[in-house]
Amino acid sequence: MSDIPSDLKYVASHEWIRDEGDGVVTIGVTDHAQDLLGDVVFVELPDVGADFAVGDDIGVVESVKAASDIYAPLSGQIVAVNEELEDSPELVNSDPYGDGWFIKIRLSDESETTDLLDADGYAELCEAES
Amino acid sequence: MGQKTALHEKHQQMNGKLVDFGGWEMPINYGSQVDEHHKVRTDAGMFDVSHMTVVDVTGADAKEYLRYLLANDVARLQQQGKALYSGMLNETGGVVDDLIVYLMTEPDVAGEWFRVVVNCATREKDLRWMADHTAKFDDVALTERPELSIVAIQGPNALAKAESVLTESRVKLIESLKPFQGVESEGWFFARTGYTGEDGLEVMVPEEYVADFWQALSDAGVAPCGLGSRDTLRLEAGMNLYGADMDEKVSPLAANMGWTIAWEPAERNFVGRKALEEQRQAGTQEKMIGLVLEARGVLRSHQKVIINGEEAGEITSGTFSPTLGCSIAMARVSADVAGTCHVDIRGKLIEVKVVKPSFVRNGEKVFS
Repeated sequence: MSDIPSDLKYVASHEWIRDEGDGVVTIGVTDHAQDLLGDVVFVELPDVGADFAVGDDIGVVESVKAASDIYAPLSGQIVAVNEELEDSPELVNSDPYGDGWFIKIRLSDESETTDLLDADGYAELCEAES
Repeated sequence: MGQKTALHEKHQQMNGKLVDFGGWEMPINYGSQVDEHHKVRTDAGMFDVSHMTVVDVTGADAKEYLRYLLANDVARLQQQGKALYSGMLNETGGVVDDLIVYLMTEPDVAGEWFRVVVNCATREKDLRWMADHTAKFDDVALTERPELSIVAIQGPNALAKAESVLTESRVKLIESLKPFQGVESEGWFFARTGYTGEDGLEVMVPEEYVADFWQALSDAGVAPCGLGSRDTLRLEAGMNLYGADMDEKVSPLAANMGWTIAWEPAERNFVGRKALEEQRQAGTQEKMIGLVLEARGVLRSHQKVIINGEEAGEITSGTFSPTLGCSIAMARVSADVAGTCHVDIRGKLIEVKVVKPSFVRNGEKVFS
């Protein structure tokens, strides 16, 4: 069973969201997702300052197996990207909820967060997909 | 779920991640494909390849049958245990499968017989094809050997580690082997062959012994490896994958397999010969090239190759190369190219280096 921390929110496309306060959230991919992807070898991230709406492509994760798009789970502007992933993409595998984070977004519409899944909801979804 | 090999329980015990592979439930990795890849390049790893099919070809006409069935010529096998890589072609010169055939006896003795190892995904098609072509011959028998498991042990320390778990008499037998040669020992068969570009052994083991053998190898420090790393290793070694780099519609001349066609003696007729000769006279239209992407990103099969601004073919196998730290690919193209060309990666034209389709040998980069 993959790790699904209870203090995070989730979307069905396997991204997690951590509320950092002041309207900023951190986004990454879940343990379940990194396990499905296999060894991550490149991560392509957007530029700081770029604006995104829910569902927009915000980057690509290339694993040995496949290339997978990462989608914006919420609308907003990129305020930080994890530059460490450029040299150490394997952090996505080894620490998906920690050092393997992708981006931080300043939300443009905080009401969107009400649609996110909690840990139980996401666990059910993973169960249904397996 | 799919068919299981005799090592299925071992794969589960060792945390192998099992996936469907041509109808078989096989480990894709045991945690990290990349770690397993490095283990094979630097030390020793082992693969369960029992899903491949072993067929023994016996009878007085066994040799003549195989000389007709295969594009390579088994008459070249002049020593007991020697192996030959060949395409098995159809009448239009396409590749029905690629396989390895071993001469199991001394050459030309009475009772001479051969052992053929074919791919798993093509098993039924191959067996039907092989059986259909026995009709022309009076005395040839095909016997499938599903009771034999196959373990491939590969890497610079593969031989030493494998020998550490075998009896002295078997060690002596293995030490007498040259590359691409095998030897039988009381129902086991040891061959210095493999699919990774490293030294190593492929061992056919009666299935009742294979779990203990696998465990002993693991205890001796041979890493269990999944079919994921087998694929990155074989692509670094520039070896073809059936169904990706060639198939029934692709000529061996267009799949970098020209060296496996025995044109001489000219009077030997084999399935597909006429079509291949016509293609050779007309000049091959397509060829395989190797591609190296030194920038970030991963080349994938079916991406388009652009030469001088024109679409000239596509990638047949592409992956990230753990040894080189960048992406590599094999592509089939219809135009001459040297130096560089472009690949359409997700809508962007990215420059890639063109090399011979062989990337790593014995752990080292082989192109400049």
